[in-house]
Amino acid sequence: MTRATLAATPPPSWTPDQPIVRLADVHKSFGSFEVLKGISFNVRKGEVVCIIGPSGSGKSTLIRCVNALVPVSAGSIQVEGIDVTDPRLDKLALRRKVGMVFQQYNLFPHKTALQNVMMAPIHVLGQDRREVEARARILLAKVRLAGKEDAYPGELSGGQQQRVAIARSLAMRPDVMLFDEVTAALDPETVKEVLVTIRELAEEGMTCMLVTHEMNFARDVADHIYFTDRGVIVEHGPPATFFASAQDERTRRFLSQVL
Amino acid sequence: MIATIQAWFQQLYETTGFNFTIFYDPYDWDRYVAGLRMTLLLGISTILASLVIGAVGALLQSGPSRVLRGLVNGFVVVFRNTPPLVQIFFFYFGLGTLLPDIRSADGLRAPILTNVQWAIISLSLFAGAFNVEIFRSGIEAVPRTTIEAAEALGYTRFKAYRHVVLPLALRVCLPALNNNLINLLKTTTLAYAIAVPETLYAVKQIWSESQNVLEMMLVLLATYAVLVGVLVWIMHRWERALRIPGYGR
Repeated sequence: MTRATLAATPPPSWTPDQPIVRLADVHKSFGSFEVLKGISFNVRKGEVVCIIGPSGSGKSTLIRCVNALVPVSAGSIQVEGIDVTDPRLDKLALRRKVGMVFQQYNLFPHKTALQNVMMAPIHVLGQDRREVEARARILLAKVRLAGKEDAYPGELSGGQQQRVAIARSLAMRPDVMLFDEVTAALDPETVKEVLVTIRELAEEGMTCMLVTHEMNFARDVADHIYFTDRGVIVEHGPPATFFASAQDERTRRFLSQVL
Repeated sequence: MIATIQAWFQQLYETTGFNFTIFYDPYDWDRYVAGLRMTLLLGISTILASLVIGAVGALLQSGPSRVLRGLVNGFVVVFRNTPPLVQIFFFYFGLGTLLPDIRSADGLRAPILTNVQWAIISLSLFAGAFNVEIFRSGIEAVPRTTIEAAEALGYTRFKAYRHVVLPLALRVCLPALNNNLINLLKTTTLAYAIAVPETLYAVKQIWSESQNVLEMMLVLLATYAVLVGVLVWIMHRWERALRIPGYGR
């Protein structure tokens, strides 16, 4: 059953010239606390979107809704025409299109770097082991970890682990990558190596949604920046105008604290 | 070689009175070895079955079905809170008599399950109940975020359990598992109570006939000390083989 869904091309309702991710009036509550209060925006194919904002503003919750790790309370999210909020959602079909990298890397500690990258294509997609291994070695080289194939996560630095995590996501050949504060747990020296990797991805045309506190990086790499606070988008725009002429008082206060 | 050993134990008996019949009397030796074989059969089959019961039970216990969770919890309570000997009696004398008989090849009525099979079932369930709890403790130690990473990669709950959760949980709970399996191996002696001819049963027969209780007791203790020693050695090798470089520091 799953194999058939995987083979299926994107539903006819979606064509690559339409937004690849659509968020429409997304609400999310945990108990009586409303974290997201109606977020709407679109992400086009190949676009790099950065979501910034103070802690607790719902940024992480927002991108976790995109691959259905967190179910939304109201509103709709579509990824390549797949309705993420549909209760009969085929999660596998969605997650095959959406890769995710986490703040705490979340590698599988009992597997080597190479095995971490190989696992999902073999277990989830049932692909041929030798083919997957060849691709995994190329991916590890791409994130500058050639030679570390046989190292376990516990033997790698934070930055190295995070790059393995990126390679692990890419092995599933996603169309969209979600990055959830991926440099927040890293030493300042290793932040750069991860950011370089993400920038390369962006330059290759990968659609990326990043939650980040790295303002300089966001300015550099993003096509569009969304500033969220208390569950709403306060202000957004391309980096040049966003950073130069923020209109809202809350945005200005936030930027003056972090820049 | 064998003749020398037999002669030596014969000599030992005649000079000191220490009568290790199994080492010079082939009949007693055969009975002892048959008992040992039965203990190994009980031990290995119940260890494997209890591991399966533990893994399946723990999976259901962390699953979405409330009914199944309740059933597993009930099973754990019943088998953990009652003595294993009582459980064996319950299965063999209680349930065993309720099941229909079958006709054996020689036309006699025979129970559908033998005492050996009942012992294996009963001991597996007993140890399995503990294994459920042991595996659960290991599963709860696997970070939620690691499972989330597997989900984000498209793993179903079952696949994530098999490839990520279980291998990690196993490493956490191996020391506790060791203890339970060692206990299980020793608890197989309870099968004696329903006349399963395992080591204790065989040795008891030998000492009743040869009047050498102390000697056979020593043999019995030494036998279990060695059996458990081997199991501990295997488990430690397994623990070492599963050790992850750089993990848990």
